Amino acid sequence: MAWETFAHEADIGVRGTGATLAEAFAGAATALTAAICDPAAVAPREAVAIASTAPDVELLLVDWLNALVFEMATRRMLFSRFDVLIDVAGDDSRLLATVWGEPVDVGRHQPAAEVKGVSYCELKVGLQADGQWLAQCVVDV
Amino acid sequence: MELAKFRQRGPFEWVMPATGRMRVPGVIYASRDLIEAMDEKVAEQVANVASLPGIVGASYAMPDAHWGYGFPIGGVAAFDADEGGVVSAGGVGFDISCGVRTLHTGLKLADVEAAKARLADVLYARIPAGIGSTGALRLSAAGLDAMLHGGARWAVKEGYGSEADLARIEESGCVAGADPSAVSDMAKKRQRDEMGTLGSGNHYLEVQVVEAVFDTAIAQAYGLAVGDVVVSIHCGSRGLGHQIGTDYLREMVIAAPAGIALPDRELACAPLKSKLGQRYLGAMRAGINCALANRQILTHLARAAFADVFPRVRLPLLYDVSHNTCKEEMHRVGEERRRLFVHRKGATRAFGPGHAELPREFREAGQPVLIGGSMGTASWILAGAAGTEERAFGSACHGAGRAMSRHEALRRWHGRNVVDELAARGILIRSPSFRGVAEEAPLAYKDVGAVVEAAEQAGLAVKVARLKPLVCVKG
Repeated sequence: MAWETFAHEADIGVRGTGATLAEAFAGAATALTAAICDPAAVAPREAVAIASTAPDVELLLVDWLNALVFEMATRRMLFSRFDVLIDVAGDDSRLLATVWGEPVDVGRHQPAAEVKGVSYCELKVGLQADGQWLAQCVVDV
Repeated sequence: MELAKFRQRGPFEWVMPATGRMRVPGVIYASRDLIEAMDEKVAEQVANVASLPGIVGASYAMPDAHWGYGFPIGGVAAFDADEGGVVSAGGVGFDISCGVRTLHTGLKLADVEAAKARLADVLYARIPAGIGSTGALRLSAAGLDAMLHGGARWAVKEGYGSEADLARIEESGCVAGADPSAVSDMAKKRQRDEMGTLGSGNHYLEVQVVEAVFDTAIAQAYGLAVGDVVVSIHCGSRGLGHQIGTDYLREMVIAAPAGIALPDRELACAPLKSKLGQRYLGAMRAGINCALANRQILTHLARAAFADVFPRVRLPLLYDVSHNTCKEEMHRVGEERRRLFVHRKGATRAFGPGHAELPREFREAGQPVLIGGSMGTASWILAGAAGTEERAFGSACHGAGRAMSRHEALRRWHGRNVVDELAARGILIRSPSFRGVAEEAPLAYKDVGAVVEAAEQAGLAVKVARLKPLVCVKG
């Protein structure tokens, strides 16, 4: 699994790649945390369960990242470990995940911009020519 | 941006004729330098918006336009419900009714300089800012719905400010037609701890001094003179608005009506006359009221902070503007007066002189248009220009816009150095996050002066005053 953030003129892009779709989704989630603070500074101490269903895998990525935005906002937490399972069957894509993190510690995490929402801009999910899965989009900060 | 696709109509107006799926032309108001510096994506997004059903006149972009998602940031588009017009959650954005308000202090520069560090500390202690911060107010379910119906009017009734504030807010502080039942439980939950919080990113509270006046008569009408100290607050509808945007964008993407070709999923929209369109309007208006209530509570906190340092000082409101909205307005189109739904995404309403919506004392001068800068750079106060209604449905720019990505800013600057350099220039920054300060470094933004000049030359707004920051509380 690999992740990176990428430049967008006003906001910030998040991108994950991996051997499976689930790994790419976990990478995109790590990049989402990286848009806010250094993921390495976030201890995976508390677990939260997330479940999403969407009509296609692109919408599933948006739903997954938006679920994380919601959990971060309402629990005042940041996350750094993402155990993801994805089941794609016809018109129904399902995700089950356990994510691990800790409450925001402003002094230690130095969180910059909060993510307001996940956009459909630069939204791409799929298998690339190199055999790696890609999951990416731009998030609004 | 390549200019070959534009026809120039005056030095600050660039027209992209309607081709392909475009139903109306695109119009970008900018100097040659500003439009050349814009990303090609801005033209693409202006053209995409021009292809939406029921669009009236043209798809506009302001001088600070930059690549957004769906609509460009700085985009303005009006739709007619009777002609199959649409409302777009992406055309409003996640931070519904993000905006700026400016307060008079009655203080002069010398008064504030003498107590600046203490004022900065007290403001920082009083204003919840940044990720993880929470407001002191907890609303019951009924209280939250009352806030979503009442906006700043609700906040004043609850003791946050006075009736006099309301006349200085668009729609007198409360937009009609809000429907709290169209706001999801998730959105309401997200707002639970966030009433009266500033947020993060480019949101701020600044103490500023009027550095220069460009139109003495309008400045006088606005109560501004060189050396006056003012306070500006930039923030929006917090988690509630963000979640409304998230919820309805998804619903509009999935429900995309047959016959509307969407070149970009982010342009997802619903006919104004559909159930989904009406539900979104109700929820989005509730989001606007949440932003107005939030800025009203922050105003109350700023007043309390000032009272700690300057016991006799009052902070009357100059004006409050919203940037990310879809508003139902009457506009003249040709010979007709038409009821239109005007999307302003990163653009300010800027009604010109004589507009009936303006408070009586500003009717001759035009609406105050408050342009936010960044920590080290100027902010501006403009006035809606005469004839602006014919140019972009009474709209103007909203800020400088980023000149570089957050990535690039982080690569170039360290937050500690930015804070120290600004302190050496007499600008005190208070923020919980050095990384946040680096991402918002002044040079990461375009020259707001060039944007404002273009807005004036294009006939959108008139320059009134330039403000220099003294203290900035940053989320």
